[in-house]
Amino acid sequence: MFAQRLSSPSIARKLPAFLMMAIVLPLLAGCGYNTIPTAEENAKAAWSEVLNQYQRRADLIPNLVETVKGYAAHEKDTLDAVVEARAKATQVTVTPETLKDPEAFKKFQDSQSGLTSALSRLLAVVENYPDLKANQNFLALQAQLEGTENRIAVARRDYIQAVRDYNLTLRTFPSVLWATFWFRSNEPFANFTIEEDKLQTPKVDFGTKQGG
Amino acid sequence: MTGRALATSGSVVTRIDAALLALALLLFLGFTAFAAELPALTGRVVDNAGMIDAATKAPLTQKLADFEKKGSDQIVVATIPSLGGEEIEPYANRLFRFWKLGQGGENNGVLLLVAKNDRKMRIEVGYGLEGTLTDLHTKLIIENDMVPAFRAGNFSGGISKAVDDMIMVLEGNPEELEARGKRNPADDSSPVDPIVALFLILWATMFFGGLAMAFLPPIFGTKLSPGVYKWLGMTFRYGSSSSGSGWVTGSSSGSGWSSGSSGGGWSSGSSSGGGGFSGGGGSSGGGGSSGSW
Repeated sequence: MFAQRLSSPSIARKLPAFLMMAIVLPLLAGCGYNTIPTAEENAKAAWSEVLNQYQRRADLIPNLVETVKGYAAHEKDTLDAVVEARAKATQVTVTPETLKDPEAFKKFQDSQSGLTSALSRLLAVVENYPDLKANQNFLALQAQLEGTENRIAVARRDYIQAVRDYNLTLRTFPSVLWATFWFRSNEPFANFTIEEDKLQTPKVDFGTKQGG
Repeated sequence: MTGRALATSGSVVTRIDAALLALALLLFLGFTAFAAELPALTGRVVDNAGMIDAATKAPLTQKLADFEKKGSDQIVVATIPSLGGEEIEPYANRLFRFWKLGQGGENNGVLLLVAKNDRKMRIEVGYGLEGTLTDLHTKLIIENDMVPAFRAGNFSGGISKAVDDMIMVLEGNPEELEARGKRNPADDSSPVDPIVALFLILWATMFFGGLAMAFLPPIFGTKLSPGVYKWLGMTFRYGSSSSGSGWVTGSSSGSGWSSGSSGGGWSSGSSSGGGGFSGGGGSSGGGGSSGSW
């Protein structure tokens, strides 16, 4: 019964067409049709992680400022600078859609590095207050802040790598063919500059403005 | 049409930002320049700097193995002579990801790294354990357990105390630990693999069998009448729109290479095949903290 149906002419006629589809469709994927969207999504995901970690840092800061205030109230300038830099940094957001825009990206990078340097000045000032340094709450915040800075560094490294992969697919053979004929609206994403990336632990630098 | 295509490809070329390209190159060079040789994962305690004495090493290894059995968390202790100029944070993260500590879906690995000549240590925590073994925990473990012991020259004592405390913290949430252990049974590699392999073999047989049925009889079989062939004792009937033989020979060679896809062992992210020890496929996002003595 089954064999009879299998060998009936109408099915047999469709068989080559079906087989063509079965062969050609995987080949299409194998040819690299998927590489560009895959790389793009990877880069976007890596960017979300960067944003996530920067957000985490921003969330820690109000607590930190409150704790420091209790011990070092007359370091008002440094504290205000941190609060201000945080406000500025949280205003500038870069959604995955605007990653193509180098201007927006640079603005984001500048605002975040402004916060980084304000924070490092605050932590340098704190060195003068032994009571504060012994405070349990401050220790906890400091540990979390250090951890977050390191997570930011890792997330940025991952993002740099993901964007490099994505930008390469848009420019190298054979995926550049897909980019030219199919994904015309895809543009390279902006990336972090190398100086910023090397700045992992802020160096103590009294008075002068921190570069990067 | 071709002119338009050429024009678009030209605009792609102009879009290539030379500065970005140079940056990518610089980054690449930067990475390779930094990339010191990473040590091999020879066991749960990789003592390349020779800081842990033999009397501590065996029980420590046993403790870590027992702990993995309980909740599938992988803790690895590593000592290295030198970081080779790199910071300990990126090095530890690279090493963690290179060794793939923790189970695949859980990312529940912990790496305790000590760099002897740099006098630095770091506890790197996988994504999945960041909520349990927090940055503060690791900081306190480093500052209270390791630093005083290391300053007194008691490396083995400091390391084993740190491991004890890490285990204590991770056991602090027993339900979660048990649930993790149940999700990742110790030797789950053998029950899964045959099913996957069987499925793949079945699929390959059906797919390539169909392929062979469509193309091979017209080539190798004897022709009984138009569209009807006899091959290997079976009779095959085709529609009148049977394909040309020149094209068929080209694709019949394709059936040879694809059959290699039936090896399906790679997908299992499980650990401990035999006596050896390997990472389970986990990753880390830079959790944990570092210290120096």
